[in-house]
Amino acid sequence: MNAIEVRELVKDYGSFRAVKGISFDVREGEVFGLIGPNGAGKTTTLRIIATLLRISSGSVQVFGNDLRREPHEVRKILSYLPEDAGAYKNLTGREYLQFIADFFASGRAADEIVKKGIEIASLSDRIDDKVDTYSKGMTRRLLVSRALMTEPKLTILDELTSGLDVINAQEIRKTVKSISEKGTTVLLSSHNMLEVELMCDRIALINDGRIVELGTPTELKGKHNASNIEEVFTKVVMA
Amino acid sequence: MSSLTNIVKKEFKEMLTKSTIIPVILMAVMFGYLGSMMGDVEEEVSTPPVIGLVDLDDGVISDIAFEVLNASSDMAYNGTDVDAGLEEVKKAGGVALIVLPANLSSDILNGSRGYIDVYWMMEGAGMLDAISSASVDSLLGSMSYGISAYLVNESSETDPAVVLFPVERSDTTIFQDEVMEDVSPDFLITMLSAQSFTVPFIIMMIIIMAGGMVISSMGLEKENKTLETLLTLPVSRGSIVSGKLVASALVGLVMAGIYMVGFNYYMTSIETSAEIDLAKYGLDLGPVDFILVGVSVFVSLLAALSMCMVLGTYAKNYKSAQTLTMPITLLAIIPMFITMFKDFGTLPLALQAVLFVIPFSHPMMAMRELMFGNYALVLGGIVYVTAFAIVMIAITVWIFKTDRLLTGSMKGKGLAGLLMKKR
Repeated sequence: MNAIEVRELVKDYGSFRAVKGISFDVREGEVFGLIGPNGAGKTTTLRIIATLLRISSGSVQVFGNDLRREPHEVRKILSYLPEDAGAYKNLTGREYLQFIADFFASGRAADEIVKKGIEIASLSDRIDDKVDTYSKGMTRRLLVSRALMTEPKLTILDELTSGLDVINAQEIRKTVKSISEKGTTVLLSSHNMLEVELMCDRIALINDGRIVELGTPTELKGKHNASNIEEVFTKVVMA
Repeated sequence: MSSLTNIVKKEFKEMLTKSTIIPVILMAVMFGYLGSMMGDVEEEVSTPPVIGLVDLDDGVISDIAFEVLNASSDMAYNGTDVDAGLEEVKKAGGVALIVLPANLSSDILNGSRGYIDVYWMMEGAGMLDAISSASVDSLLGSMSYGISAYLVNESSETDPAVVLFPVERSDTTIFQDEVMEDVSPDFLITMLSAQSFTVPFIIMMIIIMAGGMVISSMGLEKENKTLETLLTLPVSRGSIVSGKLVASALVGLVMAGIYMVGFNYYMTSIETSAEIDLAKYGLDLGPVDFILVGVSVFVSLLAALSMCMVLGTYAKNYKSAQTLTMPITLLAIIPMFITMFKDFGTLPLALQAVLFVIPFSHPMMAMRELMFGNYALVLGGIVYVTAFAIVMIAITVWIFKTDRLLTGSMKGKGLAGLLMKKR
């Protein structure tokens, strides 16, 4: 079963067409990368699948749920981490995780989710400090843990390691990989081509609202005679 | 272009947006309205008051009284029947009926003070509603002065105290068909000042503060980038909207509670210094009235908060949220000023319409209107404000279901659209 099926997806902002009829599938359990230059339509596509934006035309199915008709069902099985997401500054890290967990479970089950979140965040004692006192990297770790702690069927990660140092970024990538191995489907977008190459099973390259390439990293590198995905990206976009 | 000019130009562009100019224009319009209202009051002061005179004395003193009163008033009745006088003055929209008793001249000429009765026809209990009675007050002062002058000329043996203050009066105020003996309009208005001033002020403060919190909350959600996460959680848009409304309504009610403590002290001090029992004239509130006032406050708060939610969706950050509180502030201040100075019933039709349409007017007016038994206005207000709140909540939920919250754009080009565009 496909986790996501996107068909002829179009998104208009007034007279501006940001997404121009794209189609792709994301298989269950895979890590799928959506890459492209700024303004290509990546974030718009991710926001549509995350139920934040309405579809102008076309269709999106998430685990068999139609996005237009059943957005609430889709929200039950996904988590979305926006690129510049923030957390409530007056809450402690623990309180923030508890606030989110309470939407997915109650009582002991919610506590278990929070426990998992704290483990992923790895903020030690600082988890009980207010988010307001966190560095950018700490906040990002908290947010990543928020997105992954519920073990969603689908997680959408926009610039996963944005604001993280190399060590933290590596840790987070490992966590995402392990979550994926347990069955969570990951749809990610990143400007870090190394990250995309390391993490993704398949990649779609989007440019000017259209998908211009789709395949595994190996297939894409072979097709464009490139040594890495960054080269593929440059060749396709500059062509 | 110099660096200074460059900076000034940039600052102008940031500061002079449609969203900052429109509230100022609205404020200017409001002052224009208030100015025209003040102009009406000035006209009221300069126009001779309409009065009636019942002369049962027919002596030299009552002749003097008639001369003075007739010279500076529009006398709708001059006769000897109090009931007919009251009828005529009421019909003419007059202010007062002055009754000169049979023994007025003999009392004064014999060295005693004369006692006159004044029946006041009170139209409204707002502060500016006292203006017309102040004109007649001044007229009675002139009458007293005329009598004093006569006494000084005619008799050097009269008690100086009588010469200086030859007439004492007994006031009877007729308001909303209620006859209140020994009560002057001034005194009644002072007694009702809590309803005239304090209640509108408290309501205004609650609406501005609670409303500001809702708008700021939306601004903060966007500034802190927490909104997108919230909107992807398995919770309905209706629950998000309701949660924000309920929380801010509760905070608003806590604020109201704090204000009410101060208000209670104020009321207690008024009650202890009061010389009349307003309840004797039916000017008190029963349990049903208090429930109606509570309902009126609640639905207005709900209307205010839901309106703030709609405005809050246009906030891009905390700073822009502060600017967006302006329309709510204006809509709270306008009825506060109007209800402070005038009763709904004594306003021109256009202002009555403006006041009725603004949802926050109704709890400001409710207490006083219920005191005078105007249930239709209060109940009508509750129905209207409830409908207003329902529409606003529906609009908010609809906005939450569109892209509007995240993309900051909407195809509509209304006032809100203009405000939003510049944010």
